[in-house]
Amino acid sequence: MYFRPLALIVLLLVTTAAPVLADARGDARKQVEFGIAVAQKGLWREAIYRWIRATELDPTYAQAFNNLAVAYEQEGELPKAREAYERALALEPNNLLIQQNFDLFKEINDRTAPGGGR
Amino acid sequence: MTARLQAAAASLAVALVAAGCGTSFTEIPIETPIQAKLNTEQFSRVLVAGFISGGSEDVDSNLETVRLLRSQLRTKSRLRVIDADVLPLMEVAGRQPGLAPEPEDASRAGAAGAQPPGELPPGIRDERDFEQFQTLFANVAYWKRIGEEFQQPLIVTGTILFTPHTRSGFVQREQEVYDSFGRRRTVPVRTYMERKGFILRPSFVFIDGRTGETLHTETFREEILYNASQTTPALSSYFELMDRLLPSFLNTLSSQKIRGTRVLLK
Repeated sequence: MYFRPLALIVLLLVTTAAPVLADARGDARKQVEFGIAVAQKGLWREAIYRWIRATELDPTYAQAFNNLAVAYEQEGELPKAREAYERALALEPNNLLIQQNFDLFKEINDRTAPGGGR
Repeated sequence: MTARLQAAAASLAVALVAAGCGTSFTEIPIETPIQAKLNTEQFSRVLVAGFISGGSEDVDSNLETVRLLRSQLRTKSRLRVIDADVLPLMEVAGRQPGLAPEPEDASRAGAAGAQPPGELPPGIRDERDFEQFQTLFANVAYWKRIGEEFQQPLIVTGTILFTPHTRSGFVQREQEVYDSFGRRRTVPVRTYMERKGFILRPSFVFIDGRTGETLHTETFREEILYNASQTTPALSSYFELMDRLLPSFLNTLSSQKIRGTRVLLK
């Protein structure tokens, strides 16, 4: 008796949520692309702002976290860079491009560790 | 190249293949600023005093290291480098009380019981031989006196061990093969090889010339191995190994920018 309206509500939620999620990714993607454009001009603080915005719009956007990590590296904010790389890899553990960035980051980060010699 | 760099290079190759499959990416150069490990604001001058060195007799690691560090610091640090004679630290250590070798050390030096008290063993062969010199670096009065002589600079000293090294075992290398269509490809092959080379183990001690106290110590280990048939001069190996650790050494005293490239993703 109550199944039909409930099913209707679920169907309605599913059909409306998908475009909302797609919109979130679309908006986040615009922020990511703008961030890349400004980063290429050396405006890294602006790029950071855009990529933070992208991760807020879509917290599952691994690429946005990767870019954010790169920007933090450029700014010398290494703990934040590590955190962002880890978030990116948690979202996409098999993404070789993110893994490659993270490996290079770790190489630098090791030098700054206390007593950084080997 | 470290294992991690090799892994990064390998993952780059795979990543490029992935990129060829449609992943949208942009390569971008970055410069990561690295803060100096040691606050040197209170110093305007640096004295690379000299090192206790040992190992290969083909290279005077004490003199070479002093020359190299001074020239690097001249161009890559704000500190003014003091040009002075290299301190004869082995002699200074020999004159220090309590630096007579333990009986065990004396026997390792091949002169059990024959070593006159107060004299040091003739050769430094491994890291254990340096242990007895730690009191020299902790001799606050001595370093304070040196500091006063040179207007209280930051003093860089320490130990350098540069030793020949051989190792044999299985090594993986790439071998070219051609298939029946004449296409070339490389396959990893494990072969048994005898290799020889050098190990460089410097330990840098940074001393406050005003107080004579040790501010910071940094130890490194770098190794290079060549095919046993290859003849590489010891001095060229020494410079190759020093070249690897110089960025880290310089980063102790001054902020550095490390250049690299990263991949931005859409």
